[in-house]
Amino acid sequence: MATAHRPVSTVDTARAPGTARTSDREGTAGSMETAAPRDTAAARGTAATADTADATAADRAADAKAADQAADAATLQAAFNAAVAADERIEPRDWMPDAYRSTLVRQIAQHAHSEIIGMQPEANWITRAPSLRRKAILMAKVQDEAGHGLYLYSAAETLGASRDDLLDKLHSGRQKYSSIFNYPTLTWADVGAIGWLVDGAAITNQVPLCRCSYGPYARAMVRVCKEESFHQRQGYELLLALSRGTEAQHAMAQDAVDRWWWPSLMMFGPPDAESSHSEQSMTWKIKRHSNDELRQRFVDICVPQAESLGLTLPDPDLKWNEERGQHDFGAIDWSEFWSVLKGNGPCNEQRMTQRRRAHEEGAWVREAAAAHAARHSERERATGDSERAIENSERAAEDSEREEATA
Amino acid sequence: MSSSTEWPLWEVFVRSRRGLSHTHAGSLHAPDAEMALRNARDLYTRRNEGVSIWVVPSAHITASSPDEKDSFFEPSADKPYRHPTFYDIPEGVKHL
Repeated sequence: MATAHRPVSTVDTARAPGTARTSDREGTAGSMETAAPRDTAAARGTAATADTADATAADRAADAKAADQAADAATLQAAFNAAVAADERIEPRDWMPDAYRSTLVRQIAQHAHSEIIGMQPEANWITRAPSLRRKAILMAKVQDEAGHGLYLYSAAETLGASRDDLLDKLHSGRQKYSSIFNYPTLTWADVGAIGWLVDGAAITNQVPLCRCSYGPYARAMVRVCKEESFHQRQGYELLLALSRGTEAQHAMAQDAVDRWWWPSLMMFGPPDAESSHSEQSMTWKIKRHSNDELRQRFVDICVPQAESLGLTLPDPDLKWNEERGQHDFGAIDWSEFWSVLKGNGPCNEQRMTQRRRAHEEGAWVREAAAAHAARHSERERATGDSERAIENSERAAEDSEREEATA
Repeated sequence: MSSSTEWPLWEVFVRSRRGLSHTHAGSLHAPDAEMALRNARDLYTRRNEGVSIWVVPSAHITASSPDEKDSFFEPSADKPYRHPTFYDIPEGVKHL
């Protein structure tokens, strides 16, 4: 089962017949290819200075080859630029710049990790949900987050990343997840505040990502956004029920909003002036709007929603600016953001410990499934079940013929 | 070893309702076809998105190469006469 060739990811990256150049099929190989012209040029450079007098035919051949490759690279880059400029999607097997690929892997991986870690703060309340209705809703939501993580890991794999490697990087802290999940869920109302504010901020971020230049990421986002809308509405409804409930329930809802508001605004990332990746990502159309732009949009959306909830947002400077046609809001405490990002949030340690433990404790399930699959396929071979398999596939073929005939 | 990438990759195709063909929904890892089907159900049809699922080992899919996208599809590029709009028909001629 262990083949030298790592499994190709998704239809888009599947094996092409009779193509000598395998390089565009996988991320790592692709990077090697694009690195080649530079390497050759460098090697030729040293050789040339070493013995300048001895310009051999081999040198000239290398010259020509390097020139060819450089021209190739320029053509590929031009085709990529044109596709991005024309708002076409880049697909996994297309040539893409190394930095574009690595930026996407980093971003998609962080996004996937956030979905997986994001299951924890809410799962914390499943056993204590106040009704069966709320419990069923919360379980469905947490299951969705797992699903979103899997869509995103798949998208990262189309770029040549491996699932295990990504998980390793999460578990060893080499890749990050959204800082928001390092805050605790202290009361039941936090489940509502997360749905309304955290998922609301995530949606504001993710809707433009549906038009991201990288096809598989954009497609994953379309699916995610459809599902997030339920997350946000259930949170809003939950808060509304509390807000209209007893005095204590109302206070609980207000307290949750007070604690989650500022961290939610930080979810859009540092101010544009300090955002290190923003500009390049905008050029590549991975990102469509700046951090500050999306943050402003989110604030403007939330203000009337808070009013309908009968709750206030914890910002004395928050007010409508007639001139701008937008809300002004108070300064964000970025020192808190950076501190949480560096690992000093209230729950960083707990989230990572639990993630690692879940992975370790799930090992026997993965082993059992693999063992079952191995034994099953062995038995199939041994007892001639393969005949049945052939019958099955014939039946499937007939089915699809029939479908075609009736289509 | 217990790593999930030892599990092969599968492509998932979902028929959203009867009368439509299966379309590609995404991919997933699973140890065998049966588990791939179950995982596909949990991952891609949590909201009644499908009435039928196909799973196919990704390694068994043969695809054309993006390198030759122009030359590969070139044969059909210069044959506009395959389209009905190629033909001039006098105005007023019906059912054509």
